[in-house]
Amino acid sequence: MFEYAPAPESRDIVDIRPSYGLFINGEWVEPQGEGRHKTVNPATEEVLAEVAWAGEADVDRAVQAAAKAFPVWSAMPGAERAKYLFRIARIIQERARELAVLETLDNGKPIRESRDVDLPLVAAHFFYYAGWADKLAYAGFGPDPRPLGVAGQVIPWNFPLLMLAWKIAPALACGNTVVLKPAETTPLTALAFADICRQADLPAGVVNIVTGAGETGAALVNHPGVDKVAFTGSTEVGRLIAGSLAGTRKKLTLELGGKAANIVFEDAPLDQAVEGIVNGIFFNQGHVCCAGSRLLVQESIAADLLEALKRRLGTLRLGDPLDKNTDIGAINSAEQLARIRELSEAGEAEGAERWSPACPIPERGYWFPPTVFTGVAQSHRIAREEIFGPVLSVLTFRTPAEAVEKANNTPYGLSAGVWTEKGSRMLWMASRLRAGVVWSNTFNRFDPASPFGGYKESGYGREGGRHGLEAYLAV
Amino acid sequence: MSERTERLSVRKTYKLFIGGAFPRSESGRSYVVTSSKGDFLANAARASRKDARDAVSAARKAFSGWSGATAYNRGQILYRIAEMLEGRRTQFASEVADADGVSAKKAGELVDAAVDRLVWYAGWSDKIGAVLGSANPVAGPYFNLSSPEPTGVVAVVAPPAGPLLGLVSVIAPVIVTGNTCVVVASERAPLPAITLAEVLATSDLPGGVVNILTGSAAEIAPWLAGHMDVNGIDLTGADPELAVTCEELAAENLKRVLRPPADRVDWLADPGIGRMTAFLETKTVWHPIGI
Amino acid sequence: MTTPLAEVASSPSTLRAFLHGLPGVDRVGADARAAMLGTRSIKTTAKKQAIDMAIGMVDLTTLEGADTPGKVRAMCAKAVRPDPADASVPPVAAVCVYPDLVATAVEALAGSGVKVASVATSFPSGRSSLEVKVAETSLAVAAGAAEIDMVIDRGAFLAGDYLKVYEEIVATKEACADAHLKVILETGELATYDNVRRASWLAMIAGADFIKTSTGKVSPAATLPVTLVMLEAVRDFLAATGRKVGVKPAGGIRTTKDAIKYLVLVNETAGPDWLDPDWFRLGASSLLNDLLMQRQKMATGRYAGPDYFTLD
Repeated sequence: MFEYAPAPESRDIVDIRPSYGLFINGEWVEPQGEGRHKTVNPATEEVLAEVAWAGEADVDRAVQAAAKAFPVWSAMPGAERAKYLFRIARIIQERARELAVLETLDNGKPIRESRDVDLPLVAAHFFYYAGWADKLAYAGFGPDPRPLGVAGQVIPWNFPLLMLAWKIAPALACGNTVVLKPAETTPLTALAFADICRQADLPAGVVNIVTGAGETGAALVNHPGVDKVAFTGSTEVGRLIAGSLAGTRKKLTLELGGKAANIVFEDAPLDQAVEGIVNGIFFNQGHVCCAGSRLLVQESIAADLLEALKRRLGTLRLGDPLDKNTDIGAINSAEQLARIRELSEAGEAEGAERWSPACPIPERGYWFPPTVFTGVAQSHRIAREEIFGPVLSVLTFRTPAEAVEKANNTPYGLSAGVWTEKGSRMLWMASRLRAGVVWSNTFNRFDPASPFGGYKESGYGREGGRHGLEAYLAV
Repeated sequence: MSERTERLSVRKTYKLFIGGAFPRSESGRSYVVTSSKGDFLANAARASRKDARDAVSAARKAFSGWSGATAYNRGQILYRIAEMLEGRRTQFASEVADADGVSAKKAGELVDAAVDRLVWYAGWSDKIGAVLGSANPVAGPYFNLSSPEPTGVVAVVAPPAGPLLGLVSVIAPVIVTGNTCVVVASERAPLPAITLAEVLATSDLPGGVVNILTGSAAEIAPWLAGHMDVNGIDLTGADPELAVTCEELAAENLKRVLRPPADRVDWLADPGIGRMTAFLETKTVWHPIGI
Repeated sequence: MTTPLAEVASSPSTLRAFLHGLPGVDRVGADARAAMLGTRSIKTTAKKQAIDMAIGMVDLTTLEGADTPGKVRAMCAKAVRPDPADASVPPVAAVCVYPDLVATAVEALAGSGVKVASVATSFPSGRSSLEVKVAETSLAVAAGAAEIDMVIDRGAFLAGDYLKVYEEIVATKEACADAHLKVILETGELATYDNVRRASWLAMIAGADFIKTSTGKVSPAATLPVTLVMLEAVRDFLAATGRKVGVKPAGGIRTTKDAIKYLVLVNETAGPDWLDPDWFRLGASSLLNDLLMQRQKMATGRYAGPDYFTLD
């Protein structure tokens, strides 16, 4: 046997303060209310820090600060805004290791992912949109597209800093100012980002960070001083926001849930398909809105593929997220773990067959083993509801048309995967799949140059690429 | 105690920049470069046709790697060039002031503009495809996608005026899209070009992507224009007579030609995207759609 | 002797149909998987274990026109006792030489347990007649080689004449008698991963005991993704036929870090059963001293210098 010795990334590189205030108008300020919240390391349940819980008055201060900064920021030549964003990108690159460790501590994701996926993408996103700031006239939205004003942005806990980058970089590039609320369980990298804004000498009020839970988010999106709302999170909350913004002039983009089909044809490159399935659903513990949570496999190869998949799952390493060899980290919160458990139990109760590799679970913290359900029918809850965890539902199909039908048979439409070595079939599938992103012979690929977003109840608007500018321009 | 004598400065030798190295001209020739006031500044290398030939080989060798690098990577490197240029602001300002006879303040502004110009083009690397490319709705079951690709090796006759800003403004748009180039620097004011080469050589730019020759444009440019392994030529810095000669020579292998501008160029103005599109090909991919 | 799946080689068309029926390999995906495994962090006790494991898997190789009996004898001494200053260092798996130097190596290694491997079949190009290739194999075996590293006819493979490649391997295997046959695919010349997978299966069906990436004379030699594809092939071949085949990446593996990446690849692809010199080898020459330097660093805590390790 060849056992890998523990290889933990040092956490000495991060300096977490015992408590954090709000970042408003370039300053750390104390909230007006008494509300405080502890953020924990989900892998150990250790308290990492206490953060402020912003109330309506705090949100109002932040929006005022952003509104005050808007005339200066939006009037600044694009080339100068660009240079601020390039600076931020560079600082993120310089502090990448520290931010990766912080992200892993607060979120529970493996350091390998925060280090090799999240942080490089965060920096790349700022680089990318920095370049747009002085090129907006070329983006296809008219000769002199104007920013909207103050953007109220609410982001989830699955990719805390990356979602911040997806929100803040295009908003600032277009000349908007922002008030961003990170998720209540993962505020720390957003608070570190506030410090980065200061290191970059970003004008006060251009970026404001308010921490809190749902009420803080509601106060932000409903604030009359907000001109644009961007939300990433559950479809349930997205629906509420869309409803509450009815009748206002606020521009809204939503990036919501998904129940993506990962479709494997019999002529697929099998070893890579297995990797793609694993990456599709077990990347980031399945806490991915575009996760390939439904495996649709052509019946003729189902048995072979499942055998290969199970063998591969046996090599996944679950445990200490700071260990450089960990593949599967901790579930982000007790609440999320309860939801994953509940849906998994429903899967069993409804008759699907549950399987997990032998996999020791740490005693403390929130954990869920990689899980595969076979014999799943479209009617099962685990085939319809977003689990947002490391749980794969396997269904089979016989023909391309049936695969399309099953893949599209969901209120969601964020992403899909198609595995085949036949290009024409791949394109035929892509043209029929009702999803905003179709990955072929790959899965869960992200790039700042590539637009991302959903059809149907997965939301509207696109983030990334030239298309991502539209959400932050008066067009 | 004897009186302290003034320290004698160590002067720099200005050489060519080919394939990431700084060789002298194979011809062994040099020429005197003077300031705008006529003072001696340095002996610059006077490149020969063989130096031009070597530079084209170096540019060709670098092409597959540079054009194959990700757009993101190319953008990062252009941005790095801007960072390195900013770091040498004082040196460039003094060279530009000497060469152009402008005030120190104006020279500083020109250097700043050159830095900003690089940053502007750096941002284009991963956007030009989104702006110029298209998904084409052809009438049939075909996927049809057009995207811009670099032309190849481009010869550039740099403008005689604007020894830094003008130079950066002609090099950056050629290389950001993945072309490699051979540049004939301003004959009158070549020194900032060679100092720029020192910046390029320390910015993670692969050797051979930019090659800089100093000397006589009238002597070297026709060799580049007639070279069958050069795919495009930017004649911005060529005088009208030289431009016609070069364009005629360029016709032989149908080089893409960017003619000299009709009017005097204001290098401080918004450059637009014409300098990039001049050296881009459009590639369209067809693929059937069907089970 | 019948080998599993031999019936697919009953005609050019059945062989072709079989090889082209293997699942494709997506290059980007295979590269990404190999790169990800390359990020595994092997430290402390695991690194110690890996270094000794790797030393024991080295096929210490010299394949130069300038090879002499003196050079081979010196290399054999190094193979048996890699670090004269440290008896706890295990010997390498084998030495690999040209056929005419097999006898010298056999003599030098007598009783040591270190095996003698010989390249054969007009290494490295393979451009000769079958008769010559078989005769060369017999010569090496007669001189005492326990292992034969043959090259496939890449020209025939690329021309689609799979049966010719197959028959040469079968004939060489026959000439090997009891010697183990390692089949060098020269993956750098096969160019695509699809070809690597097909050539791997072709060699295994023809009776290869080992499949080996490269001669070391062509660039690229061994790479992680090519080795990944070959490890997948031996894993699948075992599942399909019950016969286990070994894998040997060779060429370009120069550092401990590289070697450990290969061990991780084996561990997580074919599985820990392959982490044994009987089933996995590293064809290398300069790698050994780097392994020794890293080993000493682990033992003393100081970085080692090359002057303290023998150059043979």
